[in-house]
Amino acid sequence: MTLKMQQSYHRSVAVKVNEQQMGTKRGYTFIQANRTWLPKVLLLWVIAMALFSLTIYNGMDADNRVRRKEVLGSMCDQRARMLQDQFSVSVNHVHALAILVSTFHYYKNPSAIDQETFAEYTARTAFERPLLSGVAYARRVIDSERQEFERQHGWTIKTMEREPSPIRDEYAPVIFSQETVSYIESLDMMSGEEDRENILRARATGKAVLTRPFRLLGSHHLGVVLTFPVYKSKLPPSPTAAQRIEATAGYLGGAFDIESLVENLLGQLAGNQAILVNVYDITNSPDLLIMYGHQNLDGDLSLLHESKLDFGDPFRKHLMTCRYHEKAPASWTALTTAFLFFVIGLLVGYILYGAAIHIVKVEDDFHEMQELKVRAEAADITKSQFLATVSHEIRTPMNGILGMLALLLDTDLSSTQRDYAQTAQVCGKALIALINEVLDREKIEAGKLELEAVPFDIRSILDDVLSLFSEKSRNKGIEVSTREPQEGQLAVFVSDKVPEIVVGDPGRFRQIITNLVGNSVKFTERGHIFVKVHLYENAKAMTDTKLDTCLNGGSNESALSSGSKKFKTLSGCEAADDQNSWDKFKHFSDEDFRSDASINVMTNNEASEDVGLMVCVEDTGIGIPLKAQGRVFMPFVQADSSTSRHYGGTGIGLSISKCLVELMGGQIDFISRPEVGSTFSFTAVFGTCKKNVFNNMEKRNAEALPSGFRGLKALVVDGNLVRATVTRYHLKRLGILAEVVSSLKLAASSCGKNGSLTSGGKIQPDIILVEKDSWISGEDGVSSVWQLDLKQNGHAFQLPKMILLATKITNSEFDKAKGAGFSDTVIMKPLRASMVAACLQQVLGMGKKRSQGKGMPNGSSFLQSLLCGKRILVVDDNRVNRRVAAGALKKFGADVECAESGKKALELLQLPHIYDACFMDIQMPEMDGYVFQSCFMILDCSCSVIYWLYFLE
Amino acid sequence: MDSVVLLQRQLVDYTAQLFNEGFLDDQFNQLQQLQDESNPDFVVEVVTLFFEDSERLLNELAKALEQQSIDYRKIDAHVHQLKGSSSSIGAQRVQKVCIAFRNYCEERNIEGCQKCLQQVKNEYSLVKTKLETLFKLEQQVLAAGGSIPWPMQ
Repeated sequence: MTLKMQQSYHRSVAVKVNEQQMGTKRGYTFIQANRTWLPKVLLLWVIAMALFSLTIYNGMDADNRVRRKEVLGSMCDQRARMLQDQFSVSVNHVHALAILVSTFHYYKNPSAIDQETFAEYTARTAFERPLLSGVAYARRVIDSERQEFERQHGWTIKTMEREPSPIRDEYAPVIFSQETVSYIESLDMMSGEEDRENILRARATGKAVLTRPFRLLGSHHLGVVLTFPVYKSKLPPSPTAAQRIEATAGYLGGAFDIESLVENLLGQLAGNQAILVNVYDITNSPDLLIMYGHQNLDGDLSLLHESKLDFGDPFRKHLMTCRYHEKAPASWTALTTAFLFFVIGLLVGYILYGAAIHIVKVEDDFHEMQELKVRAEAADITKSQFLATVSHEIRTPMNGILGMLALLLDTDLSSTQRDYAQTAQVCGKALIALINEVLDREKIEAGKLELEAVPFDIRSILDDVLSLFSEKSRNKGIEVSTREPQEGQLAVFVSDKVPEIVVGDPGRFRQIITNLVGNSVKFTERGHIFVKVHLYENAKAMTDTKLDTCLNGGSNESALSSGSKKFKTLSGCEAADDQNSWDKFKHFSDEDFRSDASINVMTNNEASEDVGLMVCVEDTGIGIPLKAQGRVFMPFVQADSSTSRHYGGTGIGLSISKCLVELMGGQIDFISRPEVGSTFSFTAVFGTCKKNVFNNMEKRNAEALPSGFRGLKALVVDGNLVRATVTRYHLKRLGILAEVVSSLKLAASSCGKNGSLTSGGKIQPDIILVEKDSWISGEDGVSSVWQLDLKQNGHAFQLPKMILLATKITNSEFDKAKGAGFSDTVIMKPLRASMVAACLQQVLGMGKKRSQGKGMPNGSSFLQSLLCGKRILVVDDNRVNRRVAAGALKKFGADVECAESGKKALELLQLPHIYDACFMDIQMPEMDGYVFQSCFMILDCSCSVIYWLYFLE
Repeated sequence: MDSVVLLQRQLVDYTAQLFNEGFLDDQFNQLQQLQDESNPDFVVEVVTLFFEDSERLLNELAKALEQQSIDYRKIDAHVHQLKGSSSSIGAQRVQKVCIAFRNYCEERNIEGCQKCLQQVKNEYSLVKTKLETLFKLEQQVLAAGGSIPWPMQ
């Protein structure tokens, strides 16, 4: 069955693992799920950022270009306007000059103008015509007039090539000229192609006309010639072309040396260097005739601005184009901005990518960890399972081994054989104990441990535990008694407020106490081990008062420790938790004794309520090193590795104790000072039970303390108040009223020298218990005197019994004690109520007057007491046998139940069961290995006794 | 009163005879000691149980031995039972035959087994008759107002 369970368990674990794995799959994040896309996304991002940067750059560049274009346009327009203005000024002035010529040359007679006048005037008014390199006046000469004209002027009319002019219809020889163009005097303007056209057009329109650009005579610069007609008579208001031609007297012309003049003009303007200006004549469009600027185009061809020029001649059209001299410089701002954007984008992309990669990695790690965690947990569970199984498997044969060893020891053995067998048995027991502990731990860890709830006597359990360790502690005390005045002591004290019977799990409670006391015994070489049980509330109140005293009065403990090196503890050694020093201890022990009366009332009132107990185990051992204090309750961990070498043990006990205490609804804690000692304390909640159950218990408890001592009075002589209180506690349990005095002297005085007097006011003790220390400290003389006194007073018949209390005593000391009057007995510590009772019975001669079974043979009285009230299960398939066995057991007062088969027995034995013992026939037909083992396990776990019966074989 | 004493005497004699002839052993004595005021019919109860059990077992045994293929384990178990209960009440002779029976059973000796079954049947009917007589005598003593002089030491 166990195997099946394990299988199903494993299966459930596996299912859980699967679920968790599925859970982790579901737990993948978006990033994790799309991890393969990450590089692609990064690339996409980079491309997007590049495009974005490019857009930014383009945008900024376009702005620049627009601005540049605007600048160019405005500059160009400005130049065009200026040129135009200058031109029109010049034209106007030529117009004025024409009027001047007509006025002073033709209307005056004789003419008021000759060459000199003209030259001077034009030279002096040259500033008015900045664009004109020079002006000249050519007279209209008809061929018929030529000879007359040539004669008049003394020269012949020449062509442009400076040859005498051939005969034409008419001529236009220059008669006046500005000095700058004096070389054209006498030249026939009509002989030049451009000039002739100009002249014809000008006299027909009456307006200034311009030639197309051509190389000027003289300077060979590009230029245009402006021609203005001069009429000899006043024209009608709207003259026709013929009328104009008729009236024409001559022509005023001026050469615009555009190249140099525009150069000059532009030189005056800002930004001259930056732009290239071209001026074209576009009359015969699309044939562009350049007027200014280079024919071959260089500079920035991409950007061009054209401005219209109007030089006042409607026939001619002119155009100014402007270009930047240099190509637009790359815009650094745009470039850097775009680049920065790109870099930032790149970085952001990279950071995001890095983060995503990191997330992916972290998640991968996380999933890996989770898987490992699941596996570790599974492994842990498997480990526990394995440990439990193996422990169990080991335990079964171990029980066999131990049983067989016990049987072997019962046979006749030689001393060597016995020694070997005993050693084997001790080892086996140690092993079983260890396995039980491990099994316990696993059980607790698996939450399978359930606590019993049965009424039990806490004091008797403590007594039991104490007796378990008494031998050990006494041995330790011996080791140091020569050096130390105080001996190793083991004592227990239970506050009176703690109810006598509590409901809980006595086995587990005992286990905790045993463990703690065992540890203390292990680690304590001198001093004391003191187990105290109080009600939790009381203990708390005590701590509070302790705080108060600390706050108010300062610490008198420190004064104590520095001064006398003697502490008010059980053995006088310093304890780790000074809460247990006498000052505090007294506080509540007094309270205990004071509130005796109220206890019963209280227990009645709180009959069904829970009670919180606080148990302290105080020792004066080696303490726990500070660095190890944190892991005291961890399983399998000891203070250091040398601990197990020195003291043995597995280090599992405390962790089990901790678990058990927690199961009992309490907490465990400790205070430890290295080289001073440790105090472990734990709280546990127990139920209190009602009176009737209490009575039942009383009946069942075979070892109930004898009640024959009630009302006796005792005097405890002990200098150590804590120790005395412990003694008083044990006496009180026996119903003995005890008084404490600190020395024999005081004892003597309390009894009084005069018996007759003392009986009135003071107690006459029946027993005097003297602590060995108090006796040894040199007062034996006093005691003898006191003995004598008492005898003299005639109280011999009721002399108090003198009892010596000692942890250990040597033979010589014992003799001495006898001599000193302690002839009655010596009670060896640690004190236990039952032991004290036995000693007192012996001393007081009460004898064993325990009521025996009526009419029973003496031999069976033991059986009677052993079996009375016990619940016993008898298992046998044979009805007759069963009946006989049941009858026999019933005879001795046992409460018998029967089962006819192993299976039925198993059902009855399911934990928690009520049986104290089980008698079983192991030769039943269905008594197979499984049933056998199960029974064995159950009985083994529940501290019951199992008897395997071979019925009458 | 005489009749009571006589009856008592008869009872004691008869019991002593049973012990002497080996029908009963000390176990029966023990059984009688277990009987007290709180459990006055203990011996009769147990012996009646024994009768019922034994008859059932004997029937089973007879049936088992008639089978074609004999299940010795089953027979052994039955004989073991019979041995257990007979020793419980102290029917010594039945018990002894049972031991022999088990030995044959172990040897798979069918003839021995059949022989033993006959013997056990004989012994059982003998001891049954004896015990019934004994109980009858006890009844008579009680009816006559006497007490049964148990336990015999």
